[in-house]
Amino acid sequence: MDLSLSTRSEGDRTVVVVGGEIDVYTAPKLREQLIDLVSAGNYHIVVDMESVEFLDSTGLGVLVGGLKRVRAHDGSLRLVCTQERILKIFRITGLTKVFPIHSSVDEAVAATD
Amino acid sequence: MPTVTVSFTPLPAHVRTARFIAASVARRAGVPETVLDEVRLAVSEACSLAVRLHRASAPEVPVELRMVEDDKKFRIQVVDAVPRARPTEDDVYAALSIGDDDGVALASAEGAVDLQARERIGLAVITGLVDEVDVEYLANGTVVAMAWPLELAEREEASSLPSMGG
Repeated sequence: MDLSLSTRSEGDRTVVVVGGEIDVYTAPKLREQLIDLVSAGNYHIVVDMESVEFLDSTGLGVLVGGLKRVRAHDGSLRLVCTQERILKIFRITGLTKVFPIHSSVDEAVAATD
Repeated sequence: MPTVTVSFTPLPAHVRTARFIAASVARRAGVPETVLDEVRLAVSEACSLAVRLHRASAPEVPVELRMVEDDKKFRIQVVDAVPRARPTEDDVYAALSIGDDDGVALASAEGAVDLQARERIGLAVITGLVDEVDVEYLANGTVVAMAWPLELAEREEASSLPSMGG
């Protein structure tokens, strides 16, 4: 499955729903999406990864890039993920300390700290 | 010793193909289902790295993916044709500590600008995933060799076959 992306607003948060596989081939599409959102003034982003089937370090790099961009505007980038196979790579790379990872979109949207 | 070898043009799209083939051959060899996700991720990291390196300096040369099944292990080798120095061990561990510096190492690797950082991160992930990893830096390129133990139950069929001698 290729990468699928859709965005919606929930209050002052922008939710990006990502599905499929994020790898060296598809990651540029996600990077462009995040850059476009930040350029358009969306600085509080929730990335819903519940439908992601595969993620490698190329995808992680894009998420970290997105985090740096929103932080430059005092924004936030939160992840929604409960899939063990996806969470594993966040743990291996130590990125669980960098990203707030939530178990539902509602929880991520409501989070303020 | 059953083997499957695939060589592919260094295109990002083919990394996905490499993942599928590796997982399929691994499943057939008897690698436990619970481990197949690790095989996919490790192959993706190794092949992404090889594809990036080839695109930068040997775009016409294919990347090679070798899968070998022996008595107890399933082995995968990803072979690239880009000679380079081995990153120091410190560098690999530095890539692992990205949690402490807001992911600067990963962000600088975004977009394949910094191939050395990409290599450190890719190898850090592979090392974190796979118990048996060996990276050989040779005069003509690099071999990333990974191995997974096979479930013994899956081996009964093969061991009951008559010996072919030799």
